[in-house]
Amino acid sequence: MGTRRDFVKHTACLSLAFTLPMEPRTRFGIVESDAPGSSFEPSAFLRIDADGAITIWANKSEMGQGIRTSMAMAVAEELEADWSKVHILQASTSPKFGDLGVTGGSQSTRGTFKPYRIVGATARELLISAAANEWQVDRAACRAELGFIVHGNRKKAFGDLVAAASKLEPPKNPPLKDPTDFRIIGTDVKRLDGPDLVSGRAQFGSDIRLPGMLYASVERCPVFGGKLKSVDDVAAKAVPGVKHVITISSGVAVLADNSWAALNGREALKLQWDEGPNADMDSAKIREQFKARLKTPGKVVRKEGQGMAALGPKRIEATYDCPFLAHATMEPMVGVADVKPGRCEIYAPSQGPGWSMAAIKQATGLGADQIEVHIPLLGGGFGRRSMPDFIIEAVQCSKVAGVPVMVQFSRPDDMRHDFYRPGTLHHLSASLADSGRPHAWHHRFTGPSIAASLGMSWPPEATELSGAADLSYEIPNLQVEWAQSDTPIPLGFWRAVPASFNPFVTECFLDELAHAAHKDPLVYRLTLLKQDEKRKVGRDELDPKRLRQVLELAAEKAGWQAWHLAKRAKGRGLGIAAHAYLECGSYVAQVAEVQVMPDGTIKVHRVVCAVDCGLAINPLNIRAQMEGGIIYGLSAALYGEITLEKGRVVQDTFATYPVVKMADSPKVEVHIVKSQLPPGGVGEPGLPPLAPAIANAIFNATGKRLRSLPLTPEKVLKA
Amino acid sequence: MTRVQFSVNGYSKAVEVDPDMPLLWVLRDTLGLTGTKFGCGKGICGACTLHLGGEAVRACQTPIKDVADKAVTTIEGLSKDGTHPVQKAWLEADVAQCGFCQPGQIMQAAWLLQQHPHPTDGDIDAGMAENICRCGTYQRIRCAIHRAAGDPCGTGKGV
Repeated sequence: MGTRRDFVKHTACLSLAFTLPMEPRTRFGIVESDAPGSSFEPSAFLRIDADGAITIWANKSEMGQGIRTSMAMAVAEELEADWSKVHILQASTSPKFGDLGVTGGSQSTRGTFKPYRIVGATARELLISAAANEWQVDRAACRAELGFIVHGNRKKAFGDLVAAASKLEPPKNPPLKDPTDFRIIGTDVKRLDGPDLVSGRAQFGSDIRLPGMLYASVERCPVFGGKLKSVDDVAAKAVPGVKHVITISSGVAVLADNSWAALNGREALKLQWDEGPNADMDSAKIREQFKARLKTPGKVVRKEGQGMAALGPKRIEATYDCPFLAHATMEPMVGVADVKPGRCEIYAPSQGPGWSMAAIKQATGLGADQIEVHIPLLGGGFGRRSMPDFIIEAVQCSKVAGVPVMVQFSRPDDMRHDFYRPGTLHHLSASLADSGRPHAWHHRFTGPSIAASLGMSWPPEATELSGAADLSYEIPNLQVEWAQSDTPIPLGFWRAVPASFNPFVTECFLDELAHAAHKDPLVYRLTLLKQDEKRKVGRDELDPKRLRQVLELAAEKAGWQAWHLAKRAKGRGLGIAAHAYLECGSYVAQVAEVQVMPDGTIKVHRVVCAVDCGLAINPLNIRAQMEGGIIYGLSAALYGEITLEKGRVVQDTFATYPVVKMADSPKVEVHIVKSQLPPGGVGEPGLPPLAPAIANAIFNATGKRLRSLPLTPEKVLKA
Repeated sequence: MTRVQFSVNGYSKAVEVDPDMPLLWVLRDTLGLTGTKFGCGKGICGACTLHLGGEAVRACQTPIKDVADKAVTTIEGLSKDGTHPVQKAWLEADVAQCGFCQPGQIMQAAWLLQQHPHPTDGDIDAGMAENICRCGTYQRIRCAIHRAAGDPCGTGKGV
């Protein structure tokens, strides 16, 4: 079965083709020339200058997940570089960098850690050879140390060896360091972009300014799938500063010499839309569609033992639902294109420069060798920026206007023209054995397919199963069914993708079973993870020991046992949940402490998080990513819901789509399991356990079981 | 079109623009100072926070006509070399993830510290209430503000 991970694997490979002699470096259109022999580029991803400056090119997009810093750490570790000399730049789609594919699925560290180490090790070996040749000594007696090659009492700076090193043949299999010798990896390293970010110098997509660039604002059909009927642009063109009004495939773009004029011009447009077949779609109808679909069997995506046939007459049953969600990145979608005859330069904060190439070729009519996508920093990604829509709109505008064009989404544009996290509806049934352990588990769920919505070649269920079909617990009879029920709402990848909803359902339902069996929810989970052997669950391998360990660690640090023995304050509760994020090799458990007020208000005071992501490359960043996954997950758990009325998305700003702010932000404690296993991803795995931990804590606090996201005061009062 | 004269980060500027054009777009599009960010255009998210006459304001809600003869400080002018105590504390706590909201957060925090030189967690909750971060850096922001005040960040909800 072609899976999301397989796809990412194929597109994520790092080109290690060595490119000697060096090519001029380009960044955002600025070509910096070098005098011959003044620098050394053992690969397209690394250059060492004669002054000792080390430049590394990142082939994954930086959206706050810290990948640029950890890539640089991997190179610097093997190179034995002086960290203060390390700079990072962003690779473009120039062929020398290979296919940039997509940045997502928490796959960047898994896919690039070793290749970047090899880049550093290759350069180190070349520098050692250059020094050994010069000193006429055995290279085995030379070593690299903090920016120098050392032999006995002699040492020479990297920069002084680059001319000689660049003439040598790179070694085929340079030795990699023993992890016990790491001096950078495993330490708290602050992000390389920090100084630029706090001074306003950092360049995001919306900060690109090209000579002659126009600013565009696009009016799109408010109903998905609608078509433009007529345009009256007389008033729009009369707005001072407006230069062009252009009909593009998604709507009508107003181009002006500043953003304000573009927005005013757009306001003055008089457009008529054929709203098409979705004009009367609303959230209630979608829910009815899901309810109907849930009554008939879906595709069996996992079966153990007798499956649902083993369900006894005495069953525990529950229905759970999860809403559609928007991404709401801080920086609304934006893209810049400069299309000229035979050439297209794009400056876009994209998670998917490689993925976007086919669409860009189609929109420009150019070949890949005539197109270059440059990638500034992304003001948040969370999956939204893997889509090419904002690039294609800019391309279509620039093609007609003949000048560089920035398409800037407004906040309502961003919320109403997203590629949404799908909504889902779930039904679960279980029977317990006399011991209280689940004897049979049946989980049928329905919702639209992201893969199908995007027209991908993957099987439609490939994007929907994590957290459901890979249930980690030892249950002898298990059946998981997915019942496809598509909608016209555009879908996309949202942080943790299906693991943003399935673990909420399964970890809450497991909590229900624990209470039905009169067992402590932590102890109950541990008894269902007794076997030590690794085993296949779904398409990945589970190591039950790692999941047990994070559960135990989170519980211990949160004071789980003492809490449950003590008499607690009214309305306060503690809940636990865990998720083995097998697709990216990381295990996370969280304990949430909540307080439920008499008016139903839910206050989350504290979240204790335990993470086993294998080798912890940069603990400081791992903690940041757990904090981030928890806060992003908390916004969704307490507030997140996209609804439709008359075919239109209702929510348009942070006023109608609220998110967590400073005062709602809980204390977050992160504990990292020490490990020498291969490093796993950390961008997504902090999110899945959060919503179920809170819902389980609400049950602990009130005895009320909330089975519908978001967890609102109204639902607390109704339960 | 109106000619408006004002100062930005100590430099005198004159622009000829629509008098209702928000200061945000004058800075970003007319003057090319892109440190002040566009996040919502409605005064809800705080990404465009800067100082106008010493007060923290939302540049997207400030028409340029109201800026005439006043002094604007943006993130680019908070310090010459990124060494304002808030910027230093931000780096020390490694606050930023994507970083897009951070210029607004930093400008708001710098103003908050002028009002409350040793803010409590409650002062921070109130003073930073309308600055949104989607990456979830609130805990580190809280810690950095305490540190910029010379206080330990471990006393309240800190890192």
